[in-house]
Amino acid sequence: MEEQKLSFVGKSFERKDGLIKAEGRAMYAADREFARMLYAAAVRNPRPRIKILGISDEKAKKVPGYVTLVTYKDIKGQNAWPVLDLDYPFLPEKIARFAGETVALVVAETQRAAKKAASLVEIEYEELPNIQDPLEALKPDAPEIGGTTDMKNVYAHFTIQKGDVDKAFEEAAYKVEGTFKTNYQVHGYLETQGSIAIPETDGGMTIHSTTQCPYYVVDGVAAALGITYNKVKVIQTVTGGGFGGKEEVPALVAAHAAICAAKVGRPVKLIYSRKEDFQCMSKRHPGWAHIEYSADKEGHLTGCRVKYVLDAGAYSTITAIVLFRGTVHSTGPYKIPNIDVKTFGAATSKVPCGAFRGFGQPQINFAQESLIDELAAKIGMDPVEFRLKNLLNPGEMTATGQKLTSSCGLSELVEAVRKKSGWDKKVNLHEKKGHIAKGIGISTCYYGVGLGAKGRFLDRAGAMVNIYKDGSVGVSVGNAEMGQGALTVFAQIASETLNAPMELVKTEEVDSSKVPDSGPTVASRGTLMGGNAIIEAAKPLRERLFKVALDMLIDKGGTSGKMIAHDGVFEMDGITVSFTDVAKEGWNRRLKMCEEGWYVAPHVSFRLDNGQGDAYVVYSYSADIAEVSVDTQTGVTKVDKIWAAYDVGRIVNPMLATGQAQGGILQGMSWSLFENLQYKNGIMVNPNFTDYVCATTKDKPEYDITFIEKLYDEGPYQAKGMGEVPLIGVAPAVANAIKNACGVRIDSVPLLPEKVWRAIKQKNAAKEAK
Amino acid sequence: MPCNETMKKDFSVLHLDCTVNGKHIQRDVPSNRALLDFIRLDLGLTGTKEGCGEGECGACLVLLNGRAVNSCLMTVSHIQGKELVTIEGIRGRKGGLHPLQETFMKEGAIQCGFCTPGIIIASEALLRRKPDATLEDIKLELTGNLCRCTGYEKVLSAVETARDKMAADPDYKEAE
Repeated sequence: MEEQKLSFVGKSFERKDGLIKAEGRAMYAADREFARMLYAAAVRNPRPRIKILGISDEKAKKVPGYVTLVTYKDIKGQNAWPVLDLDYPFLPEKIARFAGETVALVVAETQRAAKKAASLVEIEYEELPNIQDPLEALKPDAPEIGGTTDMKNVYAHFTIQKGDVDKAFEEAAYKVEGTFKTNYQVHGYLETQGSIAIPETDGGMTIHSTTQCPYYVVDGVAAALGITYNKVKVIQTVTGGGFGGKEEVPALVAAHAAICAAKVGRPVKLIYSRKEDFQCMSKRHPGWAHIEYSADKEGHLTGCRVKYVLDAGAYSTITAIVLFRGTVHSTGPYKIPNIDVKTFGAATSKVPCGAFRGFGQPQINFAQESLIDELAAKIGMDPVEFRLKNLLNPGEMTATGQKLTSSCGLSELVEAVRKKSGWDKKVNLHEKKGHIAKGIGISTCYYGVGLGAKGRFLDRAGAMVNIYKDGSVGVSVGNAEMGQGALTVFAQIASETLNAPMELVKTEEVDSSKVPDSGPTVASRGTLMGGNAIIEAAKPLRERLFKVALDMLIDKGGTSGKMIAHDGVFEMDGITVSFTDVAKEGWNRRLKMCEEGWYVAPHVSFRLDNGQGDAYVVYSYSADIAEVSVDTQTGVTKVDKIWAAYDVGRIVNPMLATGQAQGGILQGMSWSLFENLQYKNGIMVNPNFTDYVCATTKDKPEYDITFIEKLYDEGPYQAKGMGEVPLIGVAPAVANAIKNACGVRIDSVPLLPEKVWRAIKQKNAAKEAK
Repeated sequence: MPCNETMKKDFSVLHLDCTVNGKHIQRDVPSNRALLDFIRLDLGLTGTKEGCGEGECGACLVLLNGRAVNSCLMTVSHIQGKELVTIEGIRGRKGGLHPLQETFMKEGAIQCGFCTPGIIIASEALLRRKPDATLEDIKLELTGNLCRCTGYEKVLSAVETARDKMAADPDYKEAE
C-alpha cells in the first residue's frame, strides 16, 4: 500500500461543538433539569480555623421550601476524600481548617430557598490558632495545623541532587541569587463548579458534573457513599472552562451533591456561586523561591541551588504532584552539571491549592528565568546569547539526568522569536517617549508532558470506536472536552486512522461507565493519551475496513492492487468507494465494527531518593518574547506584543492550537500583571471579578505565534501536548521586559504598578545619591 | 420550577406583558423576580448564563429593546412592555445562523462556550447601533465580557468579519 498522506490531522477543522455553543444550546451542569429535583447549598466556615461545637438549623427550618440539613453524620461511606492522602474530610466533624470550607449542606425545593436557608444555619465554634504564611508554617515553633509527612505542616517535599554544588559555587566566576514570590491565581473559568446527583434504584448514583476528571469524581462519590464503583456513573456535562480548576475539586462538589441525594432519595443539584467558587475551590499555589546560579567565565552554567516552597493551604489535595512538577523543572531548561534542589509543600490555614495550568511550574519559572537574566547581565551577555549557550538540546541531560530525544526544538524556538521580534535591534534600544519606556524580555521553558513519575500509575487511557450500520462513527473516550477542543481533535485522529470523513465522526463527552478509568485530563496529556487510545481502538477496524475496500475496488474493476485512502475515499486506478459504502459492506460481512483501545504511557525511571532518572515521557517547549511599555510616572505596564514559539510535536488542528496558545498567553499575562487575590486575617477579601481583576479585550497584547513541530514518534500522529506551555513563560518574559525598559527588577508576581513605581523611585534616588 | 414562595408573599405581582424572542408573553410574576431566573428557570431559555451574578462577567447579557444589559442585575419589572431577545432569539435575517454565529464558529472564536452567548449579544448590540464599528469600538464594547479561554484575539477578529459580512449583505443594510 502507498504511504498515506495525512488527510485530517494537521487541518483546521471547525469545532464539533461550535454550533450548539454559538446558538446557546449547549447544556452545562446548571442547565440540566430532572424530575423531582431538589437543590443544595453549602454552609461555610466563617473563620480561618475553628473547632465546631454545634450546628443548628432552627432558623433555617423556617424558610419555605426547606427540606433538610446534611452534616458529616449523613455520610454512609468514609468521611475522607480520597485524593493522594486522606486528610480532607467530605464534611468536617470537629475542626474546619479554612474560611469558606463546606461545614454542612442544606437541601431545599429551590436554589434560592437553599441559599437562603444555608445563610441561616448557625455554627457554634471556638477559634483555633491558624497560620497564614507558609514560611511561618515551616518554622520549628509553629503550631501544628496540618501536614501529611514526617515533617510538621508539610504535605510533600522533594529533592534533586546532582554533582557537587558547593564546589561549583566555590570555583564559579559569576554567582547570582535572588528570592522571588508569586501570588495565587484564580482559574476564573466562566462556568462555576456544579454537580447533579441522581439516586438510582439499585442504590447507585448517577452524577452529571462539570469536570475535566470524571474518574476522580467516581473515586470521590463511591468513597462518600460507601458503594462499589460499578454503581457510580459519571456523565461529564459540557464544561465551561477548566484550566486545572476542574481537576480534583469537582469530586468534592459531586460527593456533596451525592451525600445530599442519598439522604433525601431525590435528585439534588449543587451549583456554586462565583463567591463561593473563589472561597473554597482550588487555586494556583502562591510560590516562594530562593535560587542561586553559578557560571564559569565563558558563561556556562555550572551550578544551581533552589529552595522552593508552595503555600498549599489547609488540605493536601494534590500538592505533592504539583510540587513534583515544580521540582523537576525548577532549575530551568538548561544543562547544569551541579544541582541541589529542595522543595516543600507547606500547610496554611487558607484555601487548599491544587491544579492550575502549568502546575507548579509558572511560579518557579518566573523565579529562575528572572534570575537567569540577572546572571546574563552580570556576565555582560545578551540574554538570548546566554540562553542559547546553556539551553538543553537533543541528546543532552536535564536536571534529573534524563537524556532528551530528538523531539526538542528549544534552541530553534529561541532563534525564531529572536528573529521575528527584531530582538537584536531592540534589546539595546531602551526607547523612551516622554514618560513611556519600552522594553523587551525573553523567557524559555520546558514542560514534561503527562503525569510523569509521580503519577505513573494513572498514566493510561481508554477509548471505544464504534462504526454504525450507516457508516457513521462514534468515538467514546475517557478524556474530557473543557473548551480546548478535545472533541474535535479526537475526531480528527479517529478520522485519520479509519479514513472516515470528519462529518461522520462524533466524539462523545465522557461517560465513566462506557470507557475504563483513563486518568485525568490534565498535564497536557489529553491529545497524547486519548489520541493514542483512539488509534489503538481504530487500528483493527482500519485493517478490516481497508481489506473490505480493497475487495470492493477489485470487484469494481481495479487491477493494480494499489489502493490510496484519503479524505474518506478509497481509490484504485481511478475507481473509488466511499467510507460509508465500505462500512456498510463491513456490516454485510458481519465483521466486528466496534473496538476498544488502551494506551499505557512508557515507563519513567525517576527515583525519589536522589531525584534522578527520567521524570516524564517527553517534553514540550516554549520561548516567549514580550515587548512592554512602562509608564515611569505611574508604574503601569502594558504588554504590547508577545512573540511565542512552541514545540509541542505535530499540530493536530492549527486553528484550535493557536486559540489555545493565545488564551494561555493572556491567562499568563493576566496573572503577571493584574490578578491579586488577597487574604486579611485569614479571610479572602476579594472573591469576585470586580476586585480580582482579569485581563479584558483592552488589555490583550498582539500575539505572534510560531509552531516548530519536532515530531514525537510515540505520540498520536507524532503530537505531544500543548495545553500548558503557552502560560508558563509569560510572567518572566514580562518581568525581564520591564527590567529592559526601565532598569528595575520586580521580584514578585503580580508586577503591580506600585511595585514598579516604587522601584523606579528608589533607583532614581540611588542615582541622585551618587 | 415555581417562583420562590417568600417572594410571592413579600412583593406585588406583576402582570407582565412583553415580547421575548419575538413572541408575545403575558403572565403573572412576582415583581422582584430576578430577570436571569425568569429567563433561565421560568422560560427555560438556558442559553443565557450566570457567570458571576453580580454584573461583572457579561455571560448573562440579553438585548432589551436592542440594548445589551446584564440580566443578573435586573428584575422582570424592567422588561415590562419591552422587547427582550436572548441568544435563542439571535438569528440571521433569513432565519438561519446570524453572521456573528457563523464567523465565531468558522474562525475559532469559541472554546468552552460559556461566555459565547453574552459576547454574541454584546457584539450584536454594538453592530446594530454602529454597523461600521472599528476594532477599537469592538474592544471597548467587549470589555464587559470576560473570556478565560481565547485570549480574545479570535473573538475580536470574528466580530470584525461578521461586521464586514453584514455591511456587504443587502438584507442587513435594509434592516438598518
